[in-house]
Amino acid sequence: MIKLLTINHFEAAAVILFGIGFMNMLLQDNLIKKFIGLNIMDTAIYLYLVSYGYIEGHMAPIAEAGKAALAEEFINPVPSGLVLTGIVVSVSVTAFSLALIQRLYKKYGTLSFDEVLRKLRSGEANTYDSDS
Amino acid sequence: MDYKSDPNKIGKWERFFKWVNGEDSIDSVWEKEMRSKITGKRKKRRKTIEDTIERINSYSKKIYIILSVFITVVYIGILLYTVYELPEHGNPLNPANNEVSQRYIEHGVEETGALNIVSAMILDYRAFDTFGETVVLFTAVICVAILLRRTDEDKTDLEQDSFKSDRGDILKFAARLVFPIVVLYGIYVIINGHISPGGGFAGGTIIGAGLILYSAAFGDEKIKSILNYKSITVTTVSCLLIYFFSKGYSFFTGGNHIESVIPKGTPGNILSGGLILPLNICVGIVVACTMYGFYSYFTKGDI
Amino acid sequence: MILTHNIAHNIPFISIFLAMFAGIITPLVNSGRKSCFIHKTTTVIIGILSLLLLLHVDYNQERFTFLMGHFPSPWGNELKAGPMEAVLAVAFSVVMFLTVTGGQYMIEKDVPEKKQNLYFVMLNLLFGSMLALIYTNDIFTGYVFIEINTICSCAIIMSKDTGNGILSTIRYLIMSILGSGLILFAIALLYTLTGQLLFPQLKSGILQLINTDDYMFPMTITAGIFTLGIAVKSALFPFHTMLPGAYDAATPSSSGILSGLVLKSYIIFLIKVYYCVFTIEYLREIKITNLIFFLGVCGMILGSVMALKERRIRRMLAYSSVAQIGYIYMGLGLGTSIGATAAMLHIVAHAVTKSMLFVCTGRMKDISLAGEADHCLRGIGHKAPVSAIGFTIGALSIIGIPLLAGFASKLYLALASFYSPFKMAVSLIMLAVSMVLNAMYFIPPIVDIWRPLSEKDANYRIEPEIRPAFITAVVIFIAVNIFVGTCYEIIFDIFEVGIALMR
Repeated sequence: MIKLLTINHFEAAAVILFGIGFMNMLLQDNLIKKFIGLNIMDTAIYLYLVSYGYIEGHMAPIAEAGKAALAEEFINPVPSGLVLTGIVVSVSVTAFSLALIQRLYKKYGTLSFDEVLRKLRSGEANTYDSDS
Repeated sequence: MDYKSDPNKIGKWERFFKWVNGEDSIDSVWEKEMRSKITGKRKKRRKTIEDTIERINSYSKKIYIILSVFITVVYIGILLYTVYELPEHGNPLNPANNEVSQRYIEHGVEETGALNIVSAMILDYRAFDTFGETVVLFTAVICVAILLRRTDEDKTDLEQDSFKSDRGDILKFAARLVFPIVVLYGIYVIINGHISPGGGFAGGTIIGAGLILYSAAFGDEKIKSILNYKSITVTTVSCLLIYFFSKGYSFFTGGNHIESVIPKGTPGNILSGGLILPLNICVGIVVACTMYGFYSYFTKGDI
Repeated sequence: MILTHNIAHNIPFISIFLAMFAGIITPLVNSGRKSCFIHKTTTVIIGILSLLLLLHVDYNQERFTFLMGHFPSPWGNELKAGPMEAVLAVAFSVVMFLTVTGGQYMIEKDVPEKKQNLYFVMLNLLFGSMLALIYTNDIFTGYVFIEINTICSCAIIMSKDTGNGILSTIRYLIMSILGSGLILFAIALLYTLTGQLLFPQLKSGILQLINTDDYMFPMTITAGIFTLGIAVKSALFPFHTMLPGAYDAATPSSSGILSGLVLKSYIIFLIKVYYCVFTIEYLREIKITNLIFFLGVCGMILGSVMALKERRIRRMLAYSSVAQIGYIYMGLGLGTSIGATAAMLHIVAHAVTKSMLFVCTGRMKDISLAGEADHCLRGIGHKAPVSAIGFTIGALSIIGIPLLAGFASKLYLALASFYSPFKMAVSLIMLAVSMVLNAMYFIPPIVDIWRPLSEKDANYRIEPEIRPAFITAVVIFIAVNIFVGTCYEIIFDIFEVGIALMR
């Protein structure tokens, strides 16, 4: 318990944030809030990764010209690179999902998932009745 | 068994054979009968059914909420215990700080010619990932175009909420002042991507923000002469193709164990780092176009 | 320039880059037909190259690495190809080409004309990313290409642009993002535990941890989260809710590709990670295989039951896909090499069959004017014989009639269950039950299709135009299906060698 609070507190926070995002995704009815939940989940993972790349007292991985770089001076560059990739992916997915939501809003005039579902169902039921 | 006189009294098998042979008369009589039965019942029951459904829905909603809270709490609990068991935060002896990061740091400068080790890693050591990442951006902007780009039929829509250039004077003045600085800073970040913090993704976003500011302040008539659908597509595609061919060359030579002819330059100079500088410029242009594309698709439905 | 290396070893890299190249240049092409031509040409070239690769690796019995850059294994990206990857690449190219050719005129009708070239951009990128998932030897590259796969598959669902389609896409996207979030978390955990991202180094790192008995709890959780993420993405039973709406709303080619190939590419990545990273012995020890065996069996039965209840044919096919995914996970969950091999064979068999079913159903729906009503397919076999024959053969293949693809894979799944004694009884009984259920929901539509056309129904049918491309595609599909169903031993042997080389 003490280790969680004092040493691995970044990671613990990341895990809790992940849970918050997950719950947001499950329980929010508003589609934009749902996707914000998913975004929080992704961001929590980046927090986790970046915090594990950090090494106590070391510098950001930018070498100096004409001077040999030593592994004892710099933090681990790999997680930073992974997070960079992850952020770009998450931006793309967010833009795509927001575009989908905008399109859906233009068609149904609401952002509520249940409401859209209800409208869709009643619309379908109508076509069914006229069909048979 | 004369089913023609009394269609209700035929045997099951006969009805089945008729059904298989597609003889409509029997079928339709039977169907009509069944349907009238069903609709009669349906009308009677509809109200009670709706009530029940409502009740079940409210119950299932409650169960769903309780279940999802439960799952999340269990999930967080398990992960917290996992984190508790994991290596310590910030410890140099962690398993992640092994020969991989050591070589990136200690030999990165001589092997790639770039001082920024993260840039060296994502654009040289692990360039295939970054190629995928750029393609993800490209995919996203194409998707947004599929969804939001207006076709000719709803051009009338465009007239109603079109973006006129009657913005406030303060915004115009500030934009005139800030826009060149923002773009210049973006270009600086891109060009120095391999010797200082920054790079194509960061700088591209800055330039994109500048373009968005310009478009918001002066309306789309002015910017459209330079940035329209065609020019943005051509720029993005050609930058991606430059990226594609230069990285393709380096992957091909690497995979076949051929020495690459691209000079690495003196570390610390602007013209150094082998392919990293041109790649950063390409990525920067792609990102700037993508960001501006997102903005204008979301607001105007067209670039 | 002297190639010191074998030329055939460049094929994985060339195929991925060719597909990506086609995807990148297609936005410049304005007409849908030209972009479709580019797509089909690319697919054919990649198919031929993969066939050459298959002949090469099968002759030499080798699995080789291709450096993506100038840096060797723990530092740079890598591709790895062996017999298994080559067969999968060939199968994917064939299915992709036939599905697009068969459904091309429906794409032209369903997708707005100005956006058709963008639809083909998505298909090209999707194909490239699936190839990358097949060939990759790096877990993080896998993640990046999984994301491309996600976005592209959502794009080809929504391209029909109906309200239903967009809602289904949102559902699909939510589930997919959840899945990739879990996968990324698992990758992050793996990285903190071992400090590696490439398969061989990850494997040795994990073996070392197992030997010293360090961090065993986090390792179990990592394996669990990774499996969960892939299961969410590949619609394993409790996570299947996104499928029916999506397949119903998309244009037939999209549904065929999604069900036949995209879901499978995630499972292939999972199998690669299982065998090249975690090692199957470790997964057996921590009982993950039992979990996926259980979920797979549930999916087999419940997917079929849901298909039985469904009256709309495309949703029924979607639930049938859920059941077939269950078969694959069951084979994988047996926890033996032969089980995984049978699962791979089922991946190929199902890809060949389900894509044909979707294309044929799309064609039959096209001719019927009755919309979604129950009687919409009655007697349609007399108006559109080719698609009806295709549907019949596909359905029989899924049921598992001998000489067809589905039979071979089910036979091997049953045989494989003999090698894991505790799961034998369950899997044999469930295979039998599920086969009966399959027959129960596929026989009524077949009977319906081949009934004589009554006068009343004839009003609801239009006289179809003859589509030579469609007919050719279906004929080749049937030929491929029979080839897989009769020459299954060849494919099975290649997969066996491939899996043995992976360990």
